[in-house]
Amino acid sequence: MSKGKTENNHEARRCWMGVLARASVDDLEQHWMREGEGVDYAFLRPPETGLVMTQGRADGTGQRFNLGEMTVTRCAVRLSDGMIGHAYVKGRDRRHAELAAAFDALLQTSSAGEDIQARVIRPLADKFDRAREARSRKAAATKVDFYTMVRGEDTA
Amino acid sequence: MYVAVKGGEKAIENAHRYLAEERRGDPAIEELSLKQITEQLSHAVSRVMAEGSLFDRELAALAIKQARGDLIEAIFLIRAYRTTLPRFGYSAPINTADMALDRRVSATFKDLPGGQILGPTFDYTHRLLDFALAAEGLEAEQAKEAEEAVDEDVPRVLELLNKEGLIEAAVPGESDESSSVGDLTREPLEFPAGRDVRLQNLARGDEGFILSLGYSTQRGYARNHAFVGEIRIGHVAVEFVPEELGFAIEIGDILVSECETVNQFQGSKKVPAQFTRGYGLAFGHCERKVIAMALVDRALRADELGEEKSAPVQDEEFVLSHSDNIQATGFVEHIKLPHYVDFQSELELVRRLRANALRTQTTLEAAE
Repeated sequence: MSKGKTENNHEARRCWMGVLARASVDDLEQHWMREGEGVDYAFLRPPETGLVMTQGRADGTGQRFNLGEMTVTRCAVRLSDGMIGHAYVKGRDRRHAELAAAFDALLQTSSAGEDIQARVIRPLADKFDRAREARSRKAAATKVDFYTMVRGEDTA
Repeated sequence: MYVAVKGGEKAIENAHRYLAEERRGDPAIEELSLKQITEQLSHAVSRVMAEGSLFDRELAALAIKQARGDLIEAIFLIRAYRTTLPRFGYSAPINTADMALDRRVSATFKDLPGGQILGPTFDYTHRLLDFALAAEGLEAEQAKEAEEAVDEDVPRVLELLNKEGLIEAAVPGESDESSSVGDLTREPLEFPAGRDVRLQNLARGDEGFILSLGYSTQRGYARNHAFVGEIRIGHVAVEFVPEELGFAIEIGDILVSECETVNQFQGSKKVPAQFTRGYGLAFGHCERKVIAMALVDRALRADELGEEKSAPVQDEEFVLSHSDNIQATGFVEHIKLPHYVDFQSELELVRRLRANALRTQTTLEAAE
């Protein structure tokens, strides 16, 4: 496999792993009821909760420093065909990490990958984007419009 | 003395049962749920996450409930809990320029790309008690939504000054590896401390202590005249490189508050006059904390900037050794615990000194 192809695969996988990490466990559970039927997997690493130390940068772009830790749960599964899935997700929900790892494995298979991408990842990503957009529009409604004040003075 | 220690067991057990009952309060009143705390006491949750130095809303809520709202006690519980978990590693540095903004304001420029976004702020409220909130079951007010979301690309305010070379640059430095960063959870505090260790210390430091020190800089102790260049509050993605994958993945988003200050600097023979920077960053929605943190960070840069050190806030040993409220409360509160033996020896010493003094006096009087 060429280097470019590997990077593309990494980028695609990075994307869906981000979507799975941000999804709610309820949504993952519902998707798994449909997509996971008959899928067999075993734990390579059962769900485990630990800490990731988050870092920031002084002045936003300068020297690194340790900001504080966050809880993270990880999991690794192997499908019966040997495909391995990994998950690292914020928080302590073991089932979330398990389902994210199982979907990660399925998404790498040629048989189910594209379908899962279309039926699970895209809807989850859209749902997240819509929620983020709605929140952002609330913030945007609080934007100060100084020009209005200036115009007011002009007409006075 | 020995008897007192032995006899405490039953009393302690009963005290804990009494505490549990008092924590619950009147059982006729509905019990507080963790969801209620995370949703409706979000600033308390933010503070416990920032100073507990652990981003986990539900754990913070549990700690607040268990501590009956005593936030320092809750922070203590969080600090103790984190020691039970393995460390998976360090994240990539979060990129606050890519923040999904709830709020972004600048006190230095009125009109700036991206605009002034007030967000869900207490500012401009009249600080009058709202008795409507005392009535339960009222329909909550809905936020207004603009047609358009906040611009995707909201540049850093201080970059505008940087472009003109009017402010010191903020660059990573020579060694930019996560392993080269000081970590107070792994190594004890040593002096002189680097800015990395100072910022970690302040990010988890007590809000009240840092607020007071920050205030002291404004009142003339280590005057460095700060302007708030920019405040940002919102969600940022956390990236992590799992060893087994070898590439960075996003593991979720965290809410952070950030403050960048613009401060005076006279310049020197070598460097023309240039603004300097102070920086505050912490978990959660905690604007007061990060403004104060930026003031203290800037004051602690006195050595680096060749400033005369005359105020407590510039003394890094003083500031960093006393900012941690868990260490502070541990030491301050421990004096309430049994010190019977210590005190007995002091008591005997005072008795002996007094007896000696009396004897000397009697002898002197007899001599006269």
